[in-house]
Formats: sequence, structure tokens, C-alpha cells
Amino acid sequence: MAGKVNHSYHILPPDIWPLVASISALTFTSGMVLFMHELANAHLVLGLGIAGLIASFFSWFSNIVKEAEEGHHTPVVQLHLRYGMILFIASEVMFFVGWFWSWFDFALFPSTISEVIGGQWPPKAIEAVMDPFDLPLLNTLILLCSGTTVTWAHHSLIHGDRDGLKKGLWATILLGILFTSIQVYEYSHAPFAFGGNTYSSAFYMATGFHGFHVLVGTIFLIVCLVRSYKGHFTPRQHFGFEAAAWYWHFVDVVWLFLFIVVYVWGGWGAEIH
Amino acid sequence: MATTADQFQAHTEDHGHHDADHKPAFFARWFMSTNHKDIGTLYLIFAICAGIIGGFISGIMRMELAAPGIQYLGYWVSLMGGEASFDANLHMWNVLITAHGLIMVFFMVMPAMIGGFGNWFVPLMIGAPDMAFPRMNNISFWLTVAGFSSLMFSTFVPGGTGLGAGIGWTAYAPLSTTGSTGPAVDFAIFSLHLAGAASIMGAINFITTIFNMRAPGMTLHKMPLFVWSVLVTAFLLLLALPVLAAAITMLLTDRNFGTTFFDPAGGGDPVLYQHLFWFFGHPEVYIMILPGFGMVSQIVATFSKKPVFGYLGMAYAMVAIGVVGFVVWAHHMYTTGLDVNTKMYFTAATMVIAVPTGVKIFSWIATMWGGSLEFKSPLVWAMGFIFLFTVGGVTGVVLANGGVDDVLHDTYYVVAHFHYVLSMGAVFSLFAGFYYWFPKMSGKMHSEFLSHLHFWVFFVGVNIIFFPQHFLGMDGMPRRIPDYPEAFSYWNNVSSYGYYIMAASMGIFFVNIAYAFIAGKKAGDNPWGEGATTLEWTLSSPPPYHQFETLPVIEDHHDYHDHRPATD
Repeated sequence: MAGKVNHSYHILPPDIWPLVASISALTFTSGMVLFMHELANAHLVLGLGIAGLIASFFSWFSNIVKEAEEGHHTPVVQLHLRYGMILFIASEVMFFVGWFWSWFDFALFPSTISEVIGGQWPPKAIEAVMDPFDLPLLNTLILLCSGTTVTWAHHSLIHGDRDGLKKGLWATILLGILFTSIQVYEYSHAPFAFGGNTYSSAFYMATGFHGFHVLVGTIFLIVCLVRSYKGHFTPRQHFGFEAAAWYWHFVDVVWLFLFIVVYVWGGWGAEIH
Repeated sequence: MATTADQFQAHTEDHGHHDADHKPAFFARWFMSTNHKDIGTLYLIFAICAGIIGGFISGIMRMELAAPGIQYLGYWVSLMGGEASFDANLHMWNVLITAHGLIMVFFMVMPAMIGGFGNWFVPLMIGAPDMAFPRMNNISFWLTVAGFSSLMFSTFVPGGTGLGAGIGWTAYAPLSTTGSTGPAVDFAIFSLHLAGAASIMGAINFITTIFNMRAPGMTLHKMPLFVWSVLVTAFLLLLALPVLAAAITMLLTDRNFGTTFFDPAGGGDPVLYQHLFWFFGHPEVYIMILPGFGMVSQIVATFSKKPVFGYLGMAYAMVAIGVVGFVVWAHHMYTTGLDVNTKMYFTAATMVIAVPTGVKIFSWIATMWGGSLEFKSPLVWAMGFIFLFTVGGVTGVVLANGGVDDVLHDTYYVVAHFHYVLSMGAVFSLFAGFYYWFPKMSGKMHSEFLSHLHFWVFFVGVNIIFFPQHFLGMDGMPRRIPDYPEAFSYWNNVSSYGYYIMAASMGIFFVNIAYAFIAGKKAGDNPWGEGATTLEWTLSSPPPYHQFETLPVIEDHHDYHDHRPATD
């Protein structure tokens, strides 16, 4: 029964990567369990899982890029990708809601029964907090600035200025790397260690997950930069770039909330390091 | 609708090598699938397998509970390779209730309803050739299998005072943190991470598909109610699951990396875990029932041979249930020391949900009212659903009262309540959907006699299991215990007999499937007659490997509530 396809959806051939990625994810989580309990072969299993995941991500996204370049991404398929990305970001927002929820709980109702908290916020155990108007403010400015450079890249792309696209992306990526480096520096010089009380638990987990998202966003932008050197993207069709930019703005907004809620409000009144 | 089945299937024009019915070879077809119907089939097979395991565990539990005293737990401990002792036996009980809950929720009901029927019929009902993201669809399935595997791993490694994760499906701290330090709990937590990631990707896929791939002319207000139900469900998944991911990640770091989110010594609060869990957990219960609502709406309309009563009210009632479902979570936590104002708010908000739910119940009845009813197996199951879900809804209104719940919390009354809405509500709708769509999916007719027999035996069985549990709960029997005082033995014994009846009915179910595949009559395009008006019935049974290569057009000369094809 031979037919003629009269629609512009993208019907895909069978693909091995979803299966490989799932097995890798299971390998990775199992490796994590072995690692956390210091059991045999933890590093081997963990390494295999991570390698499988990286291979899966790489091949999967390469295939999407290839399909885009081959013209499979019709207007309706591009619309799918837009919806998909927006919804993914919505779910990410809810993930951070969980971390902010615990932060507010701890900060608004500091424990009176715990000796390390002592009914105050920041807790007794936190002898000093980071000065929010020192490196965190600088990081805020860096991320806000990177939001403008990615917009610079976007407008250049729309106006067919490839040189501006590359410059804007380079600037954004470098600012992203700068942000991550400052975070690493800040963590290593922080006046409080990881865990042990609610402040340093919620602080490190919330800012840590944000940092991980910055890393992912930076990789996403690097992929866009490589693609712009390869001549991908047109002024009319460049969703890969837009998705990276959306993600970057999302990461930026999360940071603004972290800066206000965690660094400024959450450390208010405490000794400054 | 002016289109007919022939137009979709009898294409004669040649287009390169394309062939709508060309299927890939075995491995490529089932392990690398990008076809929504094959992935739906995989989900259904997976859900049935998980359901057998989860149901087998209920059998162990009902056997143990049939009489006072610890009877069989030691046997199961040694069978699993552990050493039977008092602690190990009771830990085994915790492992059983945990596995039963997690398997039935995450690996039976959700994969069957959303992964199975959602995948199969959302694209067919909206006139789409496939899902929006076919590869992501496949990873949703395989990650669910990965999650299930992780849960299975957990049963073979140490957890608390024995093998396996004995933390309850809710994984409350501190039982899940300092209470069970072994790796089993980490495997169980990662199982939820994997299944959660699968469901979030599934949700993104369904929302995108429903918003962007409806056939020309099918506005949102013309969409079949099953599609509406999956749309609302997908939004609940998308917004609720990430909060669970955060909560169980906090469990992981509390367990392994020295954070104190839920550890009072470091200022943390186990009640915070409950808040985060139930912010997910309450929407989760609607995730498990809304697709059932959708299926029942299709079935009741089909076999009443008239459009569903109050179509728009039905659609927006589901939206309302979904929205309000996000702001009632603390009714699971009435006994954690919430202040009275908070309890009053959550009591009131919870009761509000009875309003849209009532809209649905009465609209189903109004659909049947004056209809030309045909008591085929799907309708019988759907009517069973309406009756039993209402019973569970009524006990839900009882439990919604903060004051009353102070007495009933964590008793068998709660167990009876949620099994009436789930193992009677959700499961009856699953069987209704299964018998409704089995001919479409397989091309074979099941036996109406066996389906009715299955219904009646199952109906009697589950009611004998769960109705007495109301009495046990009212008498004060706590849930999650393997032993109890003599006073509770009578109704526990009755309840356990119900299990055997229910188990026998599952035998009938499997015989019925086998019968259909071996000797079942060939199913026509539309075996249910004029009442079956949605697009899947315009296709062959089973549908071609790639359907709707020319999109159907839904013409705009009907009222919003009428999906009936035009007679031309």
C-alpha cells in the first residue's frame, strides 16, 4: 500500500540512541549508588554511564542538526521545537521552585531546637556569609551583561551579520565561563562548608544546581558558535540558537532570584566575610 | 466530517520508496521505535508485566494479613536470600508495601494510561500521523524500563534492617534517610528520578502534539475528551514532577553528602519533605485518574449512541480539577501539626474539587440518560468505574475534613478510600479502555462473554477486598502493619478471600486476550457502530503503520459538542 505523504510533519526512521541513552542513564545512576556507598567498580560503572550519556547526547543532537540542515524542520516542526523548549524550561522552573521552597522554609522558620541554628537566620553555625555586593554582585552584572551580548548575537543573526553573531556568541560564552570561574573561586573561599546545617545545605544545592545549568547553557552556546562557523543558521531559521538564548535567559533569571533571595535577603544582618 | 477511511488508506500515487505499511525488522521495530502505536504497545505490555508483579505482591500481603501473627514474611525473606529474623521480617513487609505502591503508581497505571492509551490514541483522535517528538517518545518508554530496573535492583541489596527499600511509596524522611542507610534506598530514589524524567519528556511530547498537530478544523473545543484529559494530565506531570525530583534529590544528598534538609539536628524538617512530596503527590493522584475520566467519557458516549452531555463542562471540569489539585496538598498532612487555619483552608480547598468531579459524574449519567444503551464490555466497565469511583469520592470527602482525618489518618479507611479511586477507579477505566480499544489495536475481537465474566468476578473480588477495609479503618486498624490484634481478624480474613476472587478474574482476562489472538473474530474498522464517532474508528483495525498521510479535515457544520461524522 504505497502512499503519498501530504503533510509537513517529520516522520522519523527507527533510532538506537533513545535505548542507548536509557541504558546509559541507568548505568550512571547505578554507578552513583556504588560510588556513594564506596562499593566495588563504582568509577568504572559511573564512567561507562557518563560516557554513554555523552555519546547519546552528542549523536542525538548531531542528528537533529543534520536533519535541520537537510530541511526536515518545516515551519510546523519548528513550532514543535519551540513548544518543546518552552515546556522544558517550565519544568526546570518547577525544579528550582523545590529548592527555593526549602530555602524560604529554613529562612522564615529557623529551627529553635537545633543547636547549629539557634532560632536565627542565618543560623548560629554560619559565622559569616559572603558579601552579596562583592563577587555575587559582580556575577549578577556578568550574567546580565551576557544577556545583552546574546541578544546582540541574535540581532546580528537576524540582520545577516555573521561576524556580529560570532562576536556576540564569543562574548556570551566568555562571560559564562567567567561567571563559572568566579563561582568556583567563591565556593573555594566560602566562609562555610557544604552541609551540616540548613543554610549551607540549601545554599550550595540551589547555587550548585544553578551553576550546573550555567555549564549546560554554556555548552549549548558553544555548540551554536561552532555551528555559526560551519555556516549554519539563516536569518529566518535558527531555532537552535534561539533555544540556547532562551535557556541562557532562564539561567539568568534564576540567578537574579538566587542573588536577591539567597545572597542579599538570606544573609541579611549576618557578619560579612 | 467529509472524509472517510478509504481516503486515508487507499492511496494509489507512488512517492519514491515510501510505503505507509512498511514495518521495520524486529529489533528496529521494537527496540528503536519511533512509531507512536508500537511505543504504545510496548507501554501496554510493560504495564501488564509490572501489574502482574505488583498484583503478586498484593497477594503476598493479603496472605500475610489473612490472620493475626507473622505468618509468611520469614519465608519471603529467606526466598530473597536474606536471613529471617523479627527485624528482617518486618522490614520485608515495608519492602512489599513500598514496591507495591511504587510499581502500581509509576510502572502500571501511569505507563498504561498515558504511555499506552495516550500514545496509541491521542494522535489517532486528533488526526495526526504520529507524536511531535517520536524519538523522545521512545526514550520516555525506555527510561521507564530503566526506572523499573533500578527499583528491581533495590530489592537485592541492603536497605534498612534487611534487603530492599522499605520506605513506603512516599519515602518519608527520616525513615528514608537515617532510617535506611543501605544502597537499596538510593536505587529506589534513582528509580523515581528515571521514571520522572521519562514522564516529563512524555508530558512535553503530549502537550506539543495536542497543541500543534490537530487535524485542520479540529479546534480545542472539538477535541475528544480523552485528548483533553491527556492534555491536562500532561500539564500536571510537567509542573509537579520536577518538584518531586528536587525533593528526592534532597533525600539523596541528606543520605550521602551531609546536607540537613530533613535532619532536625541541622535545622532541617521532615515535614518539609512531606510538603514537597505532596505538592507533587496530590497532582499525581489526578494524573492517575484524569485519563480514566477521558476514556470513560468516550465509552459512555459511544455506547449511549449520543454525544457526551455537557462537552465543554466536561473539558473544563478536568481543567478545574487539575488547577485546584495543585493547592490542596496538605490534606495528606493533617496530623503533622498544621495549625487550625491551615487545616481549614486545605479542608475547604479539597472539598471544592468535589464540584467539578460532581459535574463529571452527573454528566456521564446524563449522557446515558435517554441514550440507546448497548451493554458491551467497555460500557459495563465504565459504569463500574462511575459507581466505584463515586464511592471512593464520597470517602474522599469524609477524609477531606481536617478534624475527621485526625482520627482516620493512616488507618485502613484511607487504604480503602484510595483503592476505591485507584484499583477500582483507575483500574476499571483501564479495563474499560482496554476492551474499548483492543479491537482497534489488535484487529481482533475479544469475547464479550469472557469480558463480562471478567467484569463481574473482578467487581465482586475488589469490593470484597476493599469494602471491609472501611470497617477496619473505622475501628482503628493502622495501615502499613503486617500484624494486628485479634479484633481485626474477621474483616481482614474476608478481605483476603476477596483477593483470590480478584486474582481468578485476572485469569479470565488473560484467557480472553489469548482467545482473541487465537480465535477472535476479525475486527472491522468500527466494531462499535454509530456511537463511535472519533477519528480512530475511521481507520482500519489495526491502523496502517503510518496513518493520516493525508490529514483528515474536520468540517465546521456541527455544534461544538458533536464529533459525529457527517452523513455525506
